[in-house]
Amino acid sequence: MAEVNDDSHNMEEFINDLITNQARDKTKIINILQQVQTKFGFLSREAISTISTQVRIPEIDIFGIATFYEQFRFTKPGKHLIKVCEGTACHVKGGAAITETIERELNITHGETTSDGLFSLERVACLGCCALAPVIVIDEEINGMMSTSKINSLLQKYNEKTGTTGGE
Amino acid sequence: MENSSSNNDMVTILVCEGTGCVSSNSPEIREALESAIKAKDIADKVKVKFTGCHGFCQQGPIVIIEPEGIFYTHIKVENAEDIISSHIIDGKPMEDLFYKDPNTGEAIPNYKDIPFYKHQTRIVLRNCGHIDPENIEDYINTGGYSALKKVIAEFTPEQVIEEIRKSNLRGRGGGGFSAGMKWKFCRDAVGEPKYLICNADEGDPGAFMDRSTLEGDPHSVLEGMIIAAYAIGANHAYIYARAEYPLAIRRLRKAIESAKQYKFLGENILGSELNLDIEIIEGAGAFVCGEETALMASIMGKRGVPRPRPPFPAVSGVWGKPSNINNVKTYASVPVIINKGADWFSAIGSEKSKGTAVFALTGRIANSGLIEIPMGTPLRKIIFDIGGGVPDDKEFKAVQTGGPSGGCLPKDKLDLPANYEALTEAGSIMGSGGMVVMDEDTCMVDIAKFFIKFTQAESCGKCTPCRDGTKVMLNMLEDITAGRGKDSDIETLLDLGTVIQDSSLCGLGQTSANPVLTTIKYFEDEYISHIKDKRCPAKACKELFHYWIDPEKCIGCRACAKKCPAEAITGEKKQPHLIDNEKCIKCGICYSVCPKKARAVTKVDNTPGGGE
Repeated sequence: MAEVNDDSHNMEEFINDLITNQARDKTKIINILQQVQTKFGFLSREAISTISTQVRIPEIDIFGIATFYEQFRFTKPGKHLIKVCEGTACHVKGGAAITETIERELNITHGETTSDGLFSLERVACLGCCALAPVIVIDEEINGMMSTSKINSLLQKYNEKTGTTGGE
Repeated sequence: MENSSSNNDMVTILVCEGTGCVSSNSPEIREALESAIKAKDIADKVKVKFTGCHGFCQQGPIVIIEPEGIFYTHIKVENAEDIISSHIIDGKPMEDLFYKDPNTGEAIPNYKDIPFYKHQTRIVLRNCGHIDPENIEDYINTGGYSALKKVIAEFTPEQVIEEIRKSNLRGRGGGGFSAGMKWKFCRDAVGEPKYLICNADEGDPGAFMDRSTLEGDPHSVLEGMIIAAYAIGANHAYIYARAEYPLAIRRLRKAIESAKQYKFLGENILGSELNLDIEIIEGAGAFVCGEETALMASIMGKRGVPRPRPPFPAVSGVWGKPSNINNVKTYASVPVIINKGADWFSAIGSEKSKGTAVFALTGRIANSGLIEIPMGTPLRKIIFDIGGGVPDDKEFKAVQTGGPSGGCLPKDKLDLPANYEALTEAGSIMGSGGMVVMDEDTCMVDIAKFFIKFTQAESCGKCTPCRDGTKVMLNMLEDITAGRGKDSDIETLLDLGTVIQDSSLCGLGQTSANPVLTTIKYFEDEYISHIKDKRCPAKACKELFHYWIDPEKCIGCRACAKKCPAEAITGEKKQPHLIDNEKCIKCGICYSVCPKKARAVTKVDNTPGGGE
């Protein structure tokens, strides 16, 4: 998971460098937003304001673009990002039950983060791993042939990871 | 000592590193093989390569031994040592690692004999699983870039267009429009500069053909694009790839760099006047961006909102300039057509649909994966002969083609040929090639709801028929699957569906009603059951059934009680257990953990008189 850094100064500097490299090209706005989110984990109000000033696009337009695309998030994600595939093959192989099980285990619904900040849950339309349905991805690691009974032990692995290393 | 290397033929071990196999640690398998080879000091006789996706991910991780053609499945890191010592050195292949037919259990050592591969005609997927996708030399050794060389040396742009037109190559993204004609329109259009675009935004859930092609043979797509750019007169190209395919994007970037180094890209390609650079644009998670006008809007940094056509992209595309946009598989077919000729290509397939189609066969099917077969192959052959039919002794119920834009076809349509015309006539579409098989446990009303939910969420919101129409359809389907359906619903859905089809602005809206219309057409009895009897025949709609433990069958093993997250199951050890329906949240865990020998947990209709 990308480093999540709230330091305003770092953020301004990062965005500044990014914009300079892109030569202030408004048409590259989606790519700029993607790079900022990769670096900071999400698009904060502040980040959007900074981008707006640097690229010279009104904030409302940036919000219009960012809210259109599913990839962008506006709140800090958890340490581990869980993406549940809701594609056709995954659905037919019991994907809905997987989503419900995770939501129940973590006591959150999709789009939310657990109160301890450990997990965020997102739904994805299709990961293209249909022959391994049902699939969930945690921190870019693909877990295929999932079943409701495997969820608990899988999530435990990440609890333990954080416990022993004391975070990253 | 052993047969393979005594021929002076290098033994090559191919380890699949497509997304699926990577998720099962295939890179570590490759490393383990390399270590074992080093330890036995046979590196001069045996080498290990990684390849892209074979399209048979369910069997992964996959390892192939060439030149024998032995196909190993479900490989683990621990198997590496044995593969080297037993198979490579002692000449004794590992029989327990062979592919086993899921229906007969028969072990089939050679991939050429495996029914899944035997019946395929791999053109687009020709190199996938056989070459190292990150090594341009591998691609060149199989004849890669020879088509480009041929084009530059022997063809004028107009001649290239004519050859592609003659081959009858139709757009493989689903639109099925003649690629050659599209190229001609773009070439003839007024406006400079011209742009070439590759639509790699494979958004159809259940489809991964483009992913595998990009991961397994990225150069085939690049070569096709360079030839197309030459034909239309473009100097800049975009590949719009969805962000959900990070490995494909990485392999593309690498391929573009290599192509530049070898002067297949850049300025004065192969000494000609053609200059081309290719830029990768990453999607940001919008299904609608697979629609060409929305895709182009996204390239230009805007919301992915479609616009009316005409003007078509060939006349006015990105930046208002003539642009040619084609699917990944369309471009990947181009080098083969140039090398083998238009006549060769159009001899494959059926009358109006030439060449091959790549299907992602998934869902309730024994052999799940990518299949490339001549257009016109009957659905029955695809699903049963190649796919191995429906597993677990279940009955086939329906096959869904074309993703959310397509429809569900029932048993009596199994003899239809898989081509553009037949599928469209039956109410579905060819689409990009997704093919999901459903069995008796799939509720067709639930499937219609699933697709409308997807389309509704992905609707850009611009036009009322799609934005509001799909929302109304979704609400109705949610009511029907929860037992709140009304008698007039079927007629309303049909009317509404037809209006949405006729008046939506783009393909997403225009086809959004297809899943509903086809399921009503072919499975109306299921709708009637949900509406009139408040009963789900497949017992999939949670609000219409409940779980019940048959006391005659329950062995009291307590597996269900232990796992029940709602603590709704009570019972003594070795005594029949009971589910408290007030507490039960219908998660289905008890149903899945009940031992096969007991099968005591059953689904029972809620309606009075409902049996099992």
